[in-house]
Amino acid sequence: MSAEGTYYVPEQSKLPILASLALFLTVFGAGLWLNGSSNGPWVFAFGGLFFSGVLYTWFATAARENLAGMNSAQLKRSYVWGMGWFIFSEVMFFAAFFGALFYVRAFALPWLGGEGDKAVTNELWNGFQATWPLMVTPDQAANGDSAIFKGPGEVIPWNGLPLLNTILLMLSSVTVHFAHHALKHDQRKKFHNWLIATLILGVAFLFFQAEEYWVAYTQLGLTLESGIYGSTFFLLTGFHGLHVTLGTFMLFVQLVRSYRGHFKADDHFGFEASSWYWHFVDVVWVGLFIFVYVLV
Amino acid sequence: MFKKDKKGLYSLVVAAFASCSAMAEEGARWGLNMTEGVSDTSREIYGLHMDIFWWCVGIGVVVFGVMFYSMIAHRRSVRKEASQFHESTTLEIAWTVIPVIILVIMALPATKTLVDIYDTSDSEIDIQITGYQWKWRYDYVGQDVSFFSNLRTSQNEIQGVAQKGEHYLLEVDEPLVVPTGKKIRFIITANDVIHAWWVPALAVKKDAIPGYNNEAWTVIDEPGIYRGQCAELCGRDHGFMPIVVQALDQADYDAWLAEKRQEAETLRELMAQNFSFEELMERGEAVYQRNCAACHGPNGEGGVGKAIAASPIVRGDINAQLDLLVNGVPGTAMQAFGNQLNDLDMAAVLTYTRSAFGNNMGDSMQAVDVYQYKAAQ
Amino acid sequence: MGEHHGPAKGITRWLYTTNHKDIGSMYLWFSFAMFLLGGMFALVIRAELFQPGLQLVDPGFFNQMTTMHGLVMVFGAVMPAFVGLANWLIPMMVGAPDMALPRMNNWSFWILPFAFAMMVATLFMDGGGPNFGWTFYAPLSTTYAPPSVTFFIFAVHIMGASSIMGAINIIATILNMRAPGMTLMKMPLFVWTWLITAYLLIAVMPVLAGVVTMMLFDIHFGTAFFDARGGGDPVLFQHIFWFFGHPEVYIMILPAFGIVSAIIPTFARKPLFGYASMVYATASIAILSFIVWAHHMFTVGIPVAGELFFMYATMLIAVPTGVKVFNWITTMFRGSITFETPMLFSIAFVILFTIGGLSGLMLAIAPADFQYHDTYFVVAHFHYVLVPGAIFSIFAAVYYWLPKWCGHYVDEALGKTHFWLSFIGLNITFFPMHFVGLAGMPRRIPDYALQFADFNQISTIGAFIFGFSQVFFLFVVVKTIRNGKKATAKVWDSAEGLEWTVDSPAPYHTFTTPPKV
Ligand code: HEA
Ligand code: HEA
Ligand code: CUA
Ligand SMILES: [Cu+2]
Repeated sequence: MSAEGTYYVPEQSKLPILASLALFLTVFGAGLWLNGSSNGPWVFAFGGLFFSGVLYTWFATAARENLAGMNSAQLKRSYVWGMGWFIFSEVMFFAAFFGALFYVRAFALPWLGGEGDKAVTNELWNGFQATWPLMVTPDQAANGDSAIFKGPGEVIPWNGLPLLNTILLMLSSVTVHFAHHALKHDQRKKFHNWLIATLILGVAFLFFQAEEYWVAYTQLGLTLESGIYGSTFFLLTGFHGLHVTLGTFMLFVQLVRSYRGHFKADDHFGFEASSWYWHFVDVVWVGLFIFVYVLV
Repeated sequence: MFKKDKKGLYSLVVAAFASCSAMAEEGARWGLNMTEGVSDTSREIYGLHMDIFWWCVGIGVVVFGVMFYSMIAHRRSVRKEASQFHESTTLEIAWTVIPVIILVIMALPATKTLVDIYDTSDSEIDIQITGYQWKWRYDYVGQDVSFFSNLRTSQNEIQGVAQKGEHYLLEVDEPLVVPTGKKIRFIITANDVIHAWWVPALAVKKDAIPGYNNEAWTVIDEPGIYRGQCAELCGRDHGFMPIVVQALDQADYDAWLAEKRQEAETLRELMAQNFSFEELMERGEAVYQRNCAACHGPNGEGGVGKAIAASPIVRGDINAQLDLLVNGVPGTAMQAFGNQLNDLDMAAVLTYTRSAFGNNMGDSMQAVDVYQYKAAQ
Repeated sequence: MGEHHGPAKGITRWLYTTNHKDIGSMYLWFSFAMFLLGGMFALVIRAELFQPGLQLVDPGFFNQMTTMHGLVMVFGAVMPAFVGLANWLIPMMVGAPDMALPRMNNWSFWILPFAFAMMVATLFMDGGGPNFGWTFYAPLSTTYAPPSVTFFIFAVHIMGASSIMGAINIIATILNMRAPGMTLMKMPLFVWTWLITAYLLIAVMPVLAGVVTMMLFDIHFGTAFFDARGGGDPVLFQHIFWFFGHPEVYIMILPAFGIVSAIIPTFARKPLFGYASMVYATASIAILSFIVWAHHMFTVGIPVAGELFFMYATMLIAVPTGVKVFNWITTMFRGSITFETPMLFSIAFVILFTIGGLSGLMLAIAPADFQYHDTYFVVAHFHYVLVPGAIFSIFAAVYYWLPKWCGHYVDEALGKTHFWLSFIGLNITFFPMHFVGLAGMPRRIPDYALQFADFNQISTIGAFIFGFSQVFFLFVVVKTIRNGKKATAKVWDSAEGLEWTVDSPAPYHTFTTPPKV
C-alpha cells in the first residue's frame, strides 16, 4: 500500500478505447434496429456483449490493482467522490422525468381542460376534462373512437403490489445496511447472510414489478401508449426498475467477490459503492410511490 | 516592439467606440433600428428598447472608458512599476449596488408594459389564427369568414429566374384584414409543428403551439399594410410563410366583411351546382397554381413533391386520388388538404390534375361527390 | 510504481494513454477539428445568405447546416476545448501528478470521436440529418423529424456520458488531488471556475439525456410527452431543454472567465483585484443559471407571473457578471501593461463579451424580447458571447500556455496578425446582425426580404475573413510546435502559479511527488 502522495498513475490501458467502441456499436445497433434495419439487433447484441466484457475486465482490473495494494488512500478517496457524484447525476436524470410529471399535472392538463391562464385551449378539445389519472385523453374527447391516443382502461391502486414493493425495498435498505455493519466488523458469515437477504428482496421486488406490468398490459389496458398517464407511469417506474436490476446485479457481484476472499474490514469500497447505489434506488422508489401511485 | 502595440491599441479604441455609437447612428441612417410600429404597445416597447439601449451605451462608455484609459496611461512604456493594490470592500459594494439600482430602473416600466400586454380582456373582434406548414389560416370568430393566406412570391423570383418584386417574400395571396381603432384579440394555435405569428409593426409575436391556444391583442392606429413573418423554425419552408395585415378604417372593413360573407354565400350555392368539365378545369388550374405548384411544379413536372405529369396515382382510380388529396400522405410533405380546400376547389383540382400535363384521363368530379366522400369517412 | 517513463511510441501512445497531457492534447486537437467543421457549415450558411434568393442549397439542407453548425460548435468545439485545457492545466495548477481517474479520463475523450462520427453521418442518411435547430423543439424533432433523429438522440446520450465522466473526474481531481498547502482559496481562478462548471455539467447533462430519452419514446414507443392529443405539451420539451440549455451557456463561459482572470494579472503585472469576490461571483452566476431558463421562452405564452419571475432573475445575472468585468478592469488600472498576444485576446474578450452581455440584458426585458426573439439580434447576442467570448478565451489560453506545452515561444508577429484578422473579421461578421435583427430579419431562414441584403453581404464577407484567419491560426500553432525560440520555465516574467515551476516543455510526468505550497 503506497503512501500518500507517491501516486500511482496506471500504465497504458486498452480498456477505454475498447469501451468507447463497444458503447458506440451498442447505440448504433439500437439506432439501426429502431429504424427497422435487419442487422440492427445483431449489431446491438454484439455491441452489448462486447461492452459488458470490457466493463467486466475493467472492474476486475481495478479490483486486482487494489488487492495488489497499488491504490493509495488518495485514489480510494477519488473513487468515493466519483461514485458520489455519479449517483447525483442519476438523481438529476430522474428529476427530468419527475419534472415532466409535475408540469403535466400542474399546468398542461388544467389548460387543456379549460382552467387557468390558458383556459382558451379547451376550445380545441371540446368536452375534455382534466383528471388524474388521465383516463380520457383530449384526443378521445374530441375524436371519440378514431382517436390515436387512448387513455388507460384502469390504473394500478397504490395499496396492492406497489405497497408491498415499497415495504420490500425499504427492508432491503435496512438489510444492506446490516450487511455493511457486519463487514465492517469482519463478520463474513453475517455479511453474506444479510447480503443474500438483500438480494432476495431485490429480486422479489423485480418479480412483483414484472407481475404488475403484466397485469397492466394484459388486463388493465395500461400501456406506454395510454396517453400521458401511461407515458409518465412507465418511464418513471421502468427506468427505476432498470436501476434496481443494475443495483441487484452490483450487489450480487460483491457477494461473489466476498466469497472469492476480496474485501477487508476497512477496505471494501466495491461493496460500499453498490450499497449507496442501492439506497439511492430505494429513495427514488419512495418518491415514485408517493407521486406516481399515492397522490392521484 | 512597443510602437506596434501603440498602433494596435489605438485601432482597438476606435473599433470599440465605433461598436458602441455605430448601433444608434447606423440604425437611424439605414432605417434599421426596431420599428416604432402603429400601436400603443409597439411604441411602449420601442421606448423600452431605446431606454435600455442608452443605458447599455452609458455603461459601455464608463466601463470601456476606464479600460482604455488604463491601457493608454498605464502601459509598460510609461509606467515601469505597477501599483500592487487590491481588494476594496467599498468598491465591491458600490459596483454591486449601483447595477442593482440601474436594473430596478429598467425593470419597472418593463413590468407595466408586460402586464398590459397580457390583458386580453374585453376585445371587440376575435380572430383565430392557425399555423400550417407553411401557410396561415384566419377564422373570424362568429363571422363565418375564414381563409388561408399563402406566400405569393413566385418560385421564379426565388430561384432568381425572374426579377424580385418590391415585397419579395413578404407578400401573400390574401392578407388578414382588420379595422383600425378596435381591440382585436388573436387566438393562436398550430395544426402541425410550432410556428410563431409575428408582425413587428404591432409588436405582436406569439408562438402557435399545436394543441394549445395562446392569446394576444392589438389596437391599430392608422390604416395601412403591415408585414411580418413566421418566427419559429417550422421545417423546410419556415422562411416562406409571411404574414400581411391590412388595416382599414371601420367603413371599409365593414364593406370588406360583407363582401366576404357574400362570397361564402355564393360558394355554398356553387357547391350545390354541377359544373361543366371546362369550368372545373379552369377553376382547378387556379387552385393548383396556388396550392400545389410550389411542390409539384407549375407544369406538374414535380420538385419537392412527386411529378403530376404521368403520375400513376393521377392516372389511376379517381377515388384513390381523392382519398390521397383529402387525407394526405402521413410523414411526407403531402398534407391532408381535406380541411384546407373547399369541396368545390377539391373537385376542381382533382379534375384538373387528371387531365392537365398530358394526363388525358378526361374524367371529373363535382363538389357534392367530394362532400359525400368526406361525410362517409 | 513511481518510476518515470516517457510516452509510449507510435499511435498506441494516443489510443491507450492514461496521461493527462496526452489526453488534453487530443481534446484540443479534436475540438479544433470540430471548430473547422462547424465553421465550414457556418460558411455554407453565410454563402447562401450572401444575397436574397436561393442560390446554393435547398432550404431543407440549409436547416441541416444551421442545426449541425450549432451542435458541432457547442458540443464539439467549445466544450471539448475547455475539457482539454482542464486536462492539461488543472493537475499542474493544483500540484497533482495526473487526473484523479486517468483511465476514465481517456474513455471520456474517446467517446467523442465516435459520437460525432455518428452525428455527422446523419447528414448522409436518407431523409437527411437533423434539421430542427440545435434546440430541437418538439414536435418538429419528433413527429415531423427525419429518421436519422434516432442516431442524433443516441449521439447526444453518449456525448452526455462523456461530459459527465469528465466532470466527475475534474471534481475528484480538484477536491482530492491538491498538493499539501493548496487550500481551496489558494487555487487559481481557472481551477475554481472549472470546479463550478463541473457541477453545472453533472447537474444538467443528465437532464438533457432525460429529455432526448422522452423524444425517443415519443418517436418509437407511442408515448405522448410532447403531444397534446395524449395530454402532453410541446412546451414541456422546451422547459426541460432550457433547464439544461441555459446552464449550458454558462458552462461555455465560466472557464473562459478563469482563463482571462489568469492572463490579465500577468500582463498588467498586478495581482487580480478581488480574488474572493471573483469566486463568489462565479458561484452566484452558476446558482442563478438554474432559475432563468424560461427567458428563452418568453413568447410561448407562460403565465404573466412566471414571465416576470424569469425576467427579474435573468436581469440579476448582470450583477455578478458585472463584478467580474469590473474586477478585470480595476486589475488593469494602474498596472504596467504590455500587449502580448494572450493579453490582446483577453482585452478583446472583456470588451466584446461585455457588448454581448449587454445585448443579453436587452433580451432579458420580456416585452422587448417579443420584438427581438428569434431574430438575428439574438444571433448577434450569442455570437458576441461565444466567439469573442468562449473562442477568444481559448485562443488566449493557447497563446498563453503553448510555450509551457511545447517549449517554444509563439512568434508574436504571427500571433498579433491572427488576433487582428480575427478581431476585425468577427466584428464585420456579427455586428451588422444587430441591425438586421432589429430591422426584423428572423433567424433560421435561407432567404430574406430585400431590405436586409446589404448587411447580410457585409456579414458574409466578414465570415470568410474570420474563417480564413482560423486557418492561419492552425499554421501558427503547427509552426510553433515544430520550432521557435526556446521557452524558459517561467515563460512570462510575472506569471504566477505552480505550472510555471516546471520546465518548458512540461515533462511527461509532473509532480509525481507533490510540491510544497
Ligand atoms: C456563452 C454563452 C452565453 C452567455 C454568457 C450569455 C449571457 C446572457 N444571455 Fe444569452 N444566449 C446564449 C448564450 C449566452 N448568453 C445563446 C447561445 C442564446 C441563444 C440560444 C438559441 O436560441 O439558440 C442566448 C439567448 C439569450 C436569450 C433568449 C433570447 C431569445 O431567444 O429571445 C436571453 C434572454 O434573456 C439571453 C440573456 C442573457 C443574459 C441576460 C446574459 C447575461 O449573463 C449577461 C451578463 C453580462 C453583462 C450584463 C455585461 C457585463 C456587466 C456589466 C458591465 C455590469 C453593468 C451592467 C448592468 C448594470 C446591467 N440570452
Ligand atoms: C461556440 C459556438 C459558435 C461559434 C464559434 C460560431 C461561429 C460562427 N457562427 Fe454560429 N451559431 C451557433 C454557435 C456558434 N457559431 C449557434 C448555437 C447557432 C444557432 C443554431 C440554430 O439556430 O439552431 C449559430 C447560428 C449561426 C447563424 C444563424 C443561422 C440561422 O439562423 O440560420 C449564423 C449565420 O450567419 C452563424 C454564423 C457563424 C459564423 C460565420 C461563425 C464563425 O465564427 C465561424 C468561423 C470558423 C470557420 C469559418 C472555420 C475555419 C475555416 C475553414 C474551415 C477553412 C475554410 C474557410 C476559408 C478558407 C475562408 N451561426
Ligand atoms: Cu412557420 Cu416558421
Ligand atoms: Cu439563457
